[in-house]
Amino acid sequence: MTLFHYLHRLGDDRLILGHRLSEWCGHAPILEEDIALANMALDLVGQANLLLGLAGTLEGKGRDADALAYFREAVEFRNAQIVELPRGDFAFTMMRQFLVSVHSALLLERLQHSTHADLAGIAAKAFKEVRYHARHCADWVLKLGDGTAESHLRAQAALDDLWRYTDELFDVDDLERQLAADGIAVDASMLRAPWREQVTRVVDAATLTVPVDCFMQRGGRTGRHTEHLGHLLAEMQIVARSFPGAAW
Amino acid sequence: MHDGTTAGTDGGGDSQWPLWEVFMQPRPGAPHEHCGSVHAVDAEQALLNARDVYARRNEGINLWVVPAIWITGSTPDDMGPFFDPANDKAYRHPQFYKTPRGVKVY
Repeated sequence: MTLFHYLHRLGDDRLILGHRLSEWCGHAPILEEDIALANMALDLVGQANLLLGLAGTLEGKGRDADALAYFREAVEFRNAQIVELPRGDFAFTMMRQFLVSVHSALLLERLQHSTHADLAGIAAKAFKEVRYHARHCADWVLKLGDGTAESHLRAQAALDDLWRYTDELFDVDDLERQLAADGIAVDASMLRAPWREQVTRVVDAATLTVPVDCFMQRGGRTGRHTEHLGHLLAEMQIVARSFPGAAW
Repeated sequence: MHDGTTAGTDGGGDSQWPLWEVFMQPRPGAPHEHCGSVHAVDAEQALLNARDVYARRNEGINLWVVPAIWITGSTPDDMGPFFDPANDKAYRHPQFYKTPRGVKVY
């Protein structure tokens, strides 16, 4: 059952973040970026589909990815809080996507060597996608930070607002420690240093300032979410819940 | 910009970012084919935008992006002088050789 919970964390991170990115569809500042954001959203939702699908199979109670995505309550979601924050302005979206993608790339690079064959396969495919996300968003962080006075201010404000949500990505509990010891999962706490190094490099090049470490917000992994997740799920789940069992 | 490669500004009062033409190589060894254009501020962004816009459905394996202003093209007026004289000179066409078996023609 522990792998079921781990897959929930991985899957929910990507499902919620994919949903936040999809909110830009039709609203991005330029056409190419609208397509890019939708592409990234689809990548993430696709990864969530595979991860939650595997979770449902392991649970063995007949719940597929749709059942897990659309018919769970907010308190049952296990995503980190950083992915459920509202999309904010373009700088906030790019900065959040950059911070999360660097973490995700480091995680998936190691997870593709998991002793669980299905999970390793999903991770290998997802790793290629996320490497691109990290490259795309790092380029935007550079352009926004080292851009105009306004873009610099917005990028710094985004970084300052997001920083307190970043540490949760590296939390490890006994469940994950056991899975990591068995070679199935990745010990996320090992990623903190390389993540910090990569993020600092890009932030410095963007003439931005890495925020001073502060009180770190956490709770998503145990179902304690911000006030934003409920509203997100209301939008995301309304159609499935209005017409349960509908197919097209 | 960051990599030192910027396109010149688009002439004609265009309020968009500079225009880049995109060429895609569909298979290994095949020539790059023009597949469209993107707007971007520098080469890296043009490449990323081209990947997002034109490379999502297995269209190819390699991309080139070129600032549109660096492309010089013939005009419709040139069609006569440039291309018509070739039509009635059959002795210039390589049609009288047999291609050896096993030689790949793309």
